[in-house]
Amino acid sequence: MAHSAALSSEQYNYDIVKKFAITSIFWGILGMIAGVYIASELAWPFLNLDIAQITFGRLRPLHTSGVIFGFGGNALFATSYYIVQRTCQTRLAGGTFWPTFTFWGWNLSVLIAGLLYLFGYTQGREYAEPVWFVDIAITVVWVVYFLIYTVTLVKRNQPHIYVANWFFMSFILATALLHIFNNLAVPVSLTSATSYSLFSGAQDAMTQWWYGHNAVGFFLTAAFLGMMYYFVPKQAGRPVYSYRLSIIHFWALSFMYMWVGTHHLHWTAIPDWTSTLAATFSILLLMPSWGGMINGIMTLSGAWDKLRTDPIMMFMITALSFYGMSTFEGPMMSLKSVNALSHYTDWTVGHVHSGALGWVAMISIASFYHMIPRLWNTTLYSLQLVYTHFFLATIGTVLYITALWVSGIGQGLMLRAFDEYGNLAYTFVETVAFMHGPLVARVVAGLFFLSGMLVMAYNIYMTIARAKQEEGVSAVAAAKA
Amino acid sequence: MFKHESIETNSAMLIVLTMVAISIGGLVEIVPLHYLNGTVEDVKDPATGLDVIHPYSPLEQRGRDIYIREGCYTCHSQMIRPFRDEDLRYGHYSLAAESKYDHPFQWGSKRTGPDLARVGGKYSNEWQVAHLTAPRSVVPESIMPNYPWLKETKLDYSDVQDRMIALKRVGVPYSQTKVEYDANVKRFGEETAKTLDINTAENTLLAQAQAGNYDGNASGVSEMDALVAYLQVLGTMVDFSKFDEDHFIQFR
Repeated sequence: MAHSAALSSEQYNYDIVKKFAITSIFWGILGMIAGVYIASELAWPFLNLDIAQITFGRLRPLHTSGVIFGFGGNALFATSYYIVQRTCQTRLAGGTFWPTFTFWGWNLSVLIAGLLYLFGYTQGREYAEPVWFVDIAITVVWVVYFLIYTVTLVKRNQPHIYVANWFFMSFILATALLHIFNNLAVPVSLTSATSYSLFSGAQDAMTQWWYGHNAVGFFLTAAFLGMMYYFVPKQAGRPVYSYRLSIIHFWALSFMYMWVGTHHLHWTAIPDWTSTLAATFSILLLMPSWGGMINGIMTLSGAWDKLRTDPIMMFMITALSFYGMSTFEGPMMSLKSVNALSHYTDWTVGHVHSGALGWVAMISIASFYHMIPRLWNTTLYSLQLVYTHFFLATIGTVLYITALWVSGIGQGLMLRAFDEYGNLAYTFVETVAFMHGPLVARVVAGLFFLSGMLVMAYNIYMTIARAKQEEGVSAVAAAKA
Repeated sequence: MFKHESIETNSAMLIVLTMVAISIGGLVEIVPLHYLNGTVEDVKDPATGLDVIHPYSPLEQRGRDIYIREGCYTCHSQMIRPFRDEDLRYGHYSLAAESKYDHPFQWGSKRTGPDLARVGGKYSNEWQVAHLTAPRSVVPESIMPNYPWLKETKLDYSDVQDRMIALKRVGVPYSQTKVEYDANVKRFGEETAKTLDINTAENTLLAQAQAGNYDGNASGVSEMDALVAYLQVLGTMVDFSKFDEDHFIQFR
């Protein structure tokens, strides 16, 4: 066992996977600390402390970039590099230099972009805040990533390209397309971090939400489905439930997602037909989304008992359940009548977190618990702590989305309420006062999730420390023998 | 017969077909918006025939830069939807034309605070300054951060011309040459055309700050001057009383 693992670490480039995995956990904790802090600022505004760099408006992009590109991005690099090597049975292309280049390139980009937000340098586009020169750096890194991935696929020792890799490829291509077109801008000068977007008003809004929703669709969904398609069957010890379903839902998902971004712009100053088209495709998208969920969950058929004994499996199935729930909630919110109430409120924020915490974070966490012991050729330090993490994460997520349902739907209803004379029943600030309770509950929910991440960091640290110790002992034993 | 296996065993085919699948949606929904005339309304003054929506003055544009810098869009929208409650609370629904010189757009996605699309003229300069400096001094339940540094910080307008040139490159009709200036006079009227002249931008900015005295402090130009100037122009360019009540419905 130890012998074959040692062989595989020579056969595969595990070093780069380790780097990305550890950095992902680091960014996850940092991004979630920022998240809990900005949530607290909304509940107790004195926490802005009159310090420009930590006001909500500047810190919020650090939270979103930190968790999406830092935590999510590094998790995707780690797992895609791991999966493409394992499923192609070949070493990662690009030697050690180019994968390492993607590691430093990506992380420095996220770090520099994040620090610049604090000092007020931003493009003012949600989830595309990094300034223009960071965008160029990201493009270079992404092209290298694409080449590493493609060359590895080409030199595979397996006739078939495994389904997880389709999803990763779709994610790499779509992210490139979205990133380039949404960040077209003219800088003020070569020495200025400020730039002005190429498009304006309605066209700019369309481009941004085409980007914004497909950052969700491809960065935060397709790629994590790739993760799911490898780690769920591995952890369950069962093949993927339906091969045919995976084909259908891959093509349907890739095709349909790109149409739905405009549902972020219902009732705004864009032509009504784009809005209707987006709502239609959003409803259709329920099918491939649930196709993926069913394929994941049903992979466990015949091994359901694992839910009693395996906390990693619990994470996976809970992640898929949240995926199913948020991909049901999403199409519902994309209906114009529902959107009229939900848009601009915390309901949207809650919906995002049901996907981001429930699905994206939990499937990543499960994948790390599966993958990291294998990378270091050891077993997890404590399964009990994985249970603890599971309950902290689940309670946190459920509390979070419930609090924001109350806050969002409550505010939406108050804003459209009229008194008996047909006047507005509430002023805006009365809705702000109403939201205080749910916003405090949201902070508590965030703390639950964050403390789960800290438990994970400890567990992983101890796992690796023990693995290194064992390695040292066996090296000494080998020397003595 | 076609077999999916042929895609699974050929990485080039997988890449090309995936690219096709993910390109169609954007092409169908976004590209036409750059060509269909109705997307952005042509709003002309019924009396004079001049374009009523014009680019921001240098001071207002610098204010807009600060609005973006502070991340105001993370809590405030600038897009009023055509609902009765929004009409009563904020005013006439937003037109696409009203943000046609906005690079980038700032429609926003979340109202932690109220919509700002028509905040211009709604409050006095004094109220805006007091509110931005310490929101809870005027609205006790507010959860907005204080922005005390805006009043203290001198506005850096050294690169205002570079900024306007960059905006001109992306299509905003600021003028550099006599021909461009004359075109602006015809399009927006002389008074507005003067504020769009890049060559005199610094003087225009200083004159507006001096005349407006937005921050209540006549010495120097602060970031507060610029931001309040921007807030006060938001949503004020179209005088809806000059148009029939259902005039703009045809564009929706």
